Amino acid sequence: MTVASVGVGGGATSRDTARRSRRLREMGLAYLLLAPALLAFGVFTFYPFLRNFKLMLYETPPVPGLPAHYVGLHQIVPTLTSTQFTQSLVTTLIFVVLVVPLSLVLGLLLAVAAHRRLKGIAIYRMIFSSTVVSSVAVASVVFGTLLNPVVGLLPWLGINPSPPALENSTWALPAVAVITIWQFLGLSFIIMSAGLQSVPDELLEAAQIDGAGAWTRFWRMTVPLLSPTIFFALVVSTIYAFQSFGAVDILIGYQNAANLHANVLIYEIVNTLQMENNPGAAAIMATVLFLITLGLTLLQMRFLERRVHYAN
Amino acid sequence: MAEVSFAGVTKRFGDSVAVDGLTLDIGDGELLVLLGSSGCGKTTALRLVAGLEEVSEGTISIGGRVVNEIDPKDRDVAMVFQSYALYPHLSVARNIEFPLRQRGMAKEERTAKVKEAAVTLGLDALLDRKPSQLSGGQRQRVALARAIVRDPQVFLMDEPLSNLDAALRVQTRADIVALQSRLSTTTLYVTHDQVEAMTMGDRIAVMSQGVLQQVAAPEDLYARPANTFVAGFLGSPGMNLLPGRIGRGVDDGFTVEVSGGSVPLPPALRTAAAGLVVLGLRPESLRIDPLGPLRAGVTIVELLGAETHVICTTPDGSRLIVRQPPQAAKPAPGDQVGIAIDPDPAALHLFDAASTQRLGP
Repeated sequence: MTVASVGVGGGATSRDTARRSRRLREMGLAYLLLAPALLAFGVFTFYPFLRNFKLMLYETPPVPGLPAHYVGLHQIVPTLTSTQFTQSLVTTLIFVVLVVPLSLVLGLLLAVAAHRRLKGIAIYRMIFSSTVVSSVAVASVVFGTLLNPVVGLLPWLGINPSPPALENSTWALPAVAVITIWQFLGLSFIIMSAGLQSVPDELLEAAQIDGAGAWTRFWRMTVPLLSPTIFFALVVSTIYAFQSFGAVDILIGYQNAANLHANVLIYEIVNTLQMENNPGAAAIMATVLFLITLGLTLLQMRFLERRVHYAN
Repeated sequence: MAEVSFAGVTKRFGDSVAVDGLTLDIGDGELLVLLGSSGCGKTTALRLVAGLEEVSEGTISIGGRVVNEIDPKDRDVAMVFQSYALYPHLSVARNIEFPLRQRGMAKEERTAKVKEAAVTLGLDALLDRKPSQLSGGQRQRVALARAIVRDPQVFLMDEPLSNLDAALRVQTRADIVALQSRLSTTTLYVTHDQVEAMTMGDRIAVMSQGVLQQVAAPEDLYARPANTFVAGFLGSPGMNLLPGRIGRGVDDGFTVEVSGGSVPLPPALRTAAAGLVVLGLRPESLRIDPLGPLRAGVTIVELLGAETHVICTTPDGSRLIVRQPPQAAKPAPGDQVGIAIDPDPAALHLFDAASTQRLGP
């Protein structure tokens, strides 16, 4: 008995050493393989991310050429309470409210419509999801043409707002919202379609036999069973909507954005950085956007944990 | 309560025919089992009654009313799915209550009905659980409760036992039969399991490749299969089918000449047959016996405890399975053996070689 345990103990020590060196080799290999990705992330994501926090602490004088100086946390409150920032935040919130619910509802309706076994339905699925692969620039130019007061679709329909839609403080933001909704529709459609694949047909058939009409099946079965998917789409498109920039930049431009109440947050950040040459204030606004995105992501992760209950 | 009738019902999916000219009547209160291997059209037939598929040709009636154009929700049928199809986001109580809610039943009445169905199926302690918190057997009972709570005209059951383990399946089989006979609700029960079919059905309808092969009570189906498909499908192992030819024996008697021997025909079968036939012999009608009329080589001997299957090959390569009682002598693979046939005339089945249909009584 004693002999046996001594033998085992001695063997275990040498085995431990062997295991440790093997684990070291494995970790070395793992980091070697990770290195290219880490380098790319480090240069383009982690470093700028950390640098952003440093920028918040420095103020750049309005006169070009003078060096930035350390001000600590002192420019945070003035930046966050400036009308420029608060107005931009309100604009962004309005924009999010205009864009997100509509793109989700339309995406869901299109997904439900395309979720049937019909000949040629794949073509519709392709069309519905195609907006995902169209670039912001192309979409903006196309919509810009449609909204053109002379050659566009609106005058052809007899609608002629004055000043023209994209130069009109009432219509500029909704017009950009429409383009963004159109752009988001593909993503929303794809997410909802993927979610629908996971709702078993038999459940809807059972509900049908149990007496549920099409509307009840949609509301009482499809929507609750899709709720994790819908929530995911909600969070993702809210984050995207907070980060919208291209359409405003291309269609409205920096001279008009603020006047037309279309200066969404990212636009304001870029404007503050480039036009006003104020990296400190821009960094503070970027941090606010980061915190909003972080909050939404945490919400989504918590919900994903609860979603386990729906799985069989 | 209602009878269900298929009249010349055909269902096509594109170019393939899932159900081909099905004519079948299920009596009021009857439990009819649709039996067949997978892809034979039995589930499609069930879904046609439910209204989940549209009939291509023919009519389906429930209680004398043609339902071809009637919406599933207005057919007054309840279905138990193979996967149970419980609503995962609703509690057990809400699952059972769902069909009643859709009918706009008052709350007190709903609660009372749910309670009654739950007690019947022993679910009253589980009403607040979600389906994901239940075992397979419990889920199966919730699916049954959701079907019976509505008091429908017809139950449709699509392989409801196939996801249960063997012991639970035997128990639930008996429970469903008892429940059905107490409620005496017309029931269409789909299965590929012949033991389920034999033990549960008032009658069994055997289907193959979309075509109804035979409808009969279990004992008739087993004793007088209408064709070689039914003969080979029912029984475990199924009936031995040996190609043969009618010949003249001694004393003016008739025989069937098969590979490995010649079998005298009983008087009842003499006039029925001529030319090429298929001789059907159930394994339990055969014994290893050196004096028997058939000769074959033993290939495999399977010991099952209660019985032994001796799998033999006749000179032309046909397979012949003999079911030996456990105490009988066991031949070894490679032995040449004689095989005797039960003297009961009902032990011999004859089928026409061309049409595969049964000959004689």
